[in-house]
Amino acid sequence: MNDYFSEIGFWHHETSLRTYLIGFGLSLLLTLCAYVLATRHMLSRGRLIEALLALALAQFFLQAASFLHLRGARASRDRLVVFATAIAIALILVSGSLWIMFDLNQRMMLPPGAGTMMEYMQDQSGI
Amino acid sequence: MTGPTLMTPEMRAEDSKAVFGFFTYLMTDFVLFAALFATYAVLRSGTFGGAAPASVFNAPFALLETLILLSSSFACGLALLAARRENLRNTLLALSATFVLGAAFLALELSEFSRLVASGAGPARSAFLSSYFTLVGTHGLHVALGLIWMSALALSLRMRGFTRGNLRKLALWSLFWHFLDIIWIFIFTIVYLFGII
Repeated sequence: MNDYFSEIGFWHHETSLRTYLIGFGLSLLLTLCAYVLATRHMLSRGRLIEALLALALAQFFLQAASFLHLRGARASRDRLVVFATAIAIALILVSGSLWIMFDLNQRMMLPPGAGTMMEYMQDQSGI
Repeated sequence: MTGPTLMTPEMRAEDSKAVFGFFTYLMTDFVLFAALFATYAVLRSGTFGGAAPASVFNAPFALLETLILLSSSFACGLALLAARRENLRNTLLALSATFVLGAAFLALELSEFSRLVASGAGPARSAFLSSYFTLVGTHGLHVALGLIWMSALALSLRMRGFTRGNLRKLALWSLFWHFLDIIWIFIFTIVYLFGII
């Protein structure tokens, strides 16, 4: 069956209600898992943060595959390249910012932990 | 009505490029949000003696917002599936459902913003709150623009039916709408869930 959306390579021609139902159902499941983990305090803080990030990433790729149709179809290869580049830039941006700020805390000989640099700057200039 | 069977290879290539171009824009938007997330992560603990994330955020409320936006994303998918079968009635029905859910999400977000501002936790209170309002507000602005775009699209569909232009806009708009749900996954996790643990 040749519909407009598969003719222009927007989605794979086998995309169906099933594709969206799977994306929706699994997203729902992952969201509820994250919510229960965060509200029931079943894990230590460090483990919990790792688990929540893993669940968010899983849902990110799931929705990219089922809703943005980034599923190895030939026409979407260009989009996959842009997608991968954007993820790389985002990772550098976020991890780089956090690294610099935590490093700054250490070099200022302030006690470890988030926010110490902020407190120092507030003391100095009242921001 | 310009059915897909009437499309020449040039038309197909043109619309395919439109999808690619719009997708590239979305990815630059993704980088914009990454910058806002980085800002939030760095400034999160800068509460300046004011409200901290744990006291500001309400987990069930954030879950409700998430479920509404996710359902709206699903309804958007239903609209595309109906448009593939050239079923105008069901397409408009699914678009209406998407609109109602999107508007409900936006109303919840605005009610949370006004609750915060009323309790003295406005964007000017601390670095944490400034970065929070910027990040979540930018997302909300995107949702509002998506709703306006969709209304115009629904009107055009009603008037002209499934023309090639309308189908292309529907495809682009659906990418935009799903993308907003994807950004929300991270807002839900990093802002709201990390805020309460």
